[in-house]
Amino acid sequence: MNNKENHTKNRRIQKAFVYLFLIFGSLLSLFPFYWMFTMATRTNREINSFPPPFTPGADLVNNFKNVLANMDFFGSMANSLFVSTSITVGVLFLCSLAGYAFAKLEFKGKKTLFSVILITMMIPPQLGLIPQYYIMTQLEWINTFQAVIVPGLINAFGIFWMRQYIQDAVPDELIEAAKMDGCSTFRIYWNIVAPTVLPAFATLGIIVFMQAWNDFLWPLTVLREPSMHTLQVALRTLNDARQMDYGMIMSGTFWATVPLIVIFLMFNKLFIQSLSEGAVKS
Amino acid sequence: MEKSLKDKNKTARTAYLFISPFFLLYAVFGLFPMLFSFYLAFFKWNGLSEMTFVGMENFNFIFTDPIFYEAIKNTFIIGLLGTAPQIIVGILLAFALNSTLIKFRNTFRTMIFLPYVTSIVAVAIIFGVIFSNQEAGFINYILSFFDIEPINWNIQNWPVKITISIMVFWRWVGYNTIIFLAGMQSIPNALYEAAKIDGATVWQQIRLITIPMLKPTITFVVFTATIGALQLFTEPLVFLGRNLRQEGITMVAYLWKDAFVYNAFGSASAAAIVLFFIIIIFTGINLLLTNRIGRTKKVR
Repeated sequence: MNNKENHTKNRRIQKAFVYLFLIFGSLLSLFPFYWMFTMATRTNREINSFPPPFTPGADLVNNFKNVLANMDFFGSMANSLFVSTSITVGVLFLCSLAGYAFAKLEFKGKKTLFSVILITMMIPPQLGLIPQYYIMTQLEWINTFQAVIVPGLINAFGIFWMRQYIQDAVPDELIEAAKMDGCSTFRIYWNIVAPTVLPAFATLGIIVFMQAWNDFLWPLTVLREPSMHTLQVALRTLNDARQMDYGMIMSGTFWATVPLIVIFLMFNKLFIQSLSEGAVKS
Repeated sequence: MEKSLKDKNKTARTAYLFISPFFLLYAVFGLFPMLFSFYLAFFKWNGLSEMTFVGMENFNFIFTDPIFYEAIKNTFIIGLLGTAPQIIVGILLAFALNSTLIKFRNTFRTMIFLPYVTSIVAVAIIFGVIFSNQEAGFINYILSFFDIEPINWNIQNWPVKITISIMVFWRWVGYNTIIFLAGMQSIPNALYEAAKIDGATVWQQIRLITIPMLKPTITFVVFTATIGALQLFTEPLVFLGRNLRQEGITMVAYLWKDAFVYNAFGSASAAAIVLFFIIIIFTGINLLLTNRIGRTKKVR
């Protein structure tokens, strides 16, 4: 009896401890967002006064007007949307085609070529940064979106991912039957493989879109014209402005961050599952 | 018979066609640039005029540049400060999230994961404001309660490194927690039950069951975190601005500054090559360790 009482008491302490730890962790996670929002609603004078304001103020709209006066917010958001969507659609198409070939078609050198793709995953792309820039100047692609989109279509991980999925999800009998009916290989891909792997498209799509949306180094290097800036590059320019208006900068950052967070909160289970699956598989 | 051979050839041709985009694009925008880096490292070039051959001069330049050594040192210090605590805290958070005692698990998981959805540029800007040099900056304000004078977070040596490490930590810890959690969920519950019957404390459970069973996941996280740390660029650039003070410049930032601020594309390529070898060495060490872990597992 005494032992059992002790046990439940122990459990209660443990439970309280776990909750405290998780609440503490969540608060640390959320605090920078709260601070960003608070600053985005305050004037620069309020932000620089001592002590700083800890609760939201009344300048949300005003600060955003200042953002619009200092940067082409919606223009760069449209640029980001265009670039990220193009990369995502292209990657899904090319990777599922290649993944299908590696999963279901017979050809010489299949194993070797697949290992080559896996090896390229280990080499960080920044090493070729300077010659890549040189190639872009030679192609006269500086300040064009294809400079970001075309190299963005290279995705070894995507091919690997699609191959794994297609191997398990598409039954060989189905492909054989379609072949008997005289379907071409591309037709089989388009009518049978692609519809079957829609869940894999969703998962890979989330990973690729997020990477493209948040990419910074390469767009910064090749998109020099302000009208071509993606959101991330434009935000950095805003942050570098000579007179530091924290309210304005936080407002720009806030509104640039909100869309992805809203999408994340709507689909958070799919998001978390996609990203952890993506990591575990590789 | 003849027909099936013809069919086979046709299928193979289609297959090559399907996989060719990757190889073509990689050859042009991946492999060629990398090889060209090795060529460019022996030339002086400002991006506009003719290239001139200078032999080892670019390497001499970076190896006598004290800032290059600072960049290497910073990369390792920030890498260690930013990732090592992440792994420890990540495992603890994942263990707590995996606990059968709690409710609202999905809510906690979502909140802890949220920083990862934020772009690195946004993270660096937000933390730049939280860690602002002003007296009224959030952290300086908190420190004023302890009678600590305002710190110049983006100027002083250790504050710069610590701030950048905190940015890295904050954005990635939730992501790694989720990875650890996925690994933990594949550990059979019976192991914990048996340990509890034997009277094992929570700490003993973590040390004797969770950590050993989680080894493959830990290896993966260490592997990606190492590569990520060696490529650190956005945080210092946004936090410190284009002139990238030597207190916080990293290796990729060094080569970027050489190329796109000083227009010294030759010495930037030389720096890229040194970075290339450092990354190869670290990947090699990582792979070696991974293999060792895999082998010991088989023996058992």
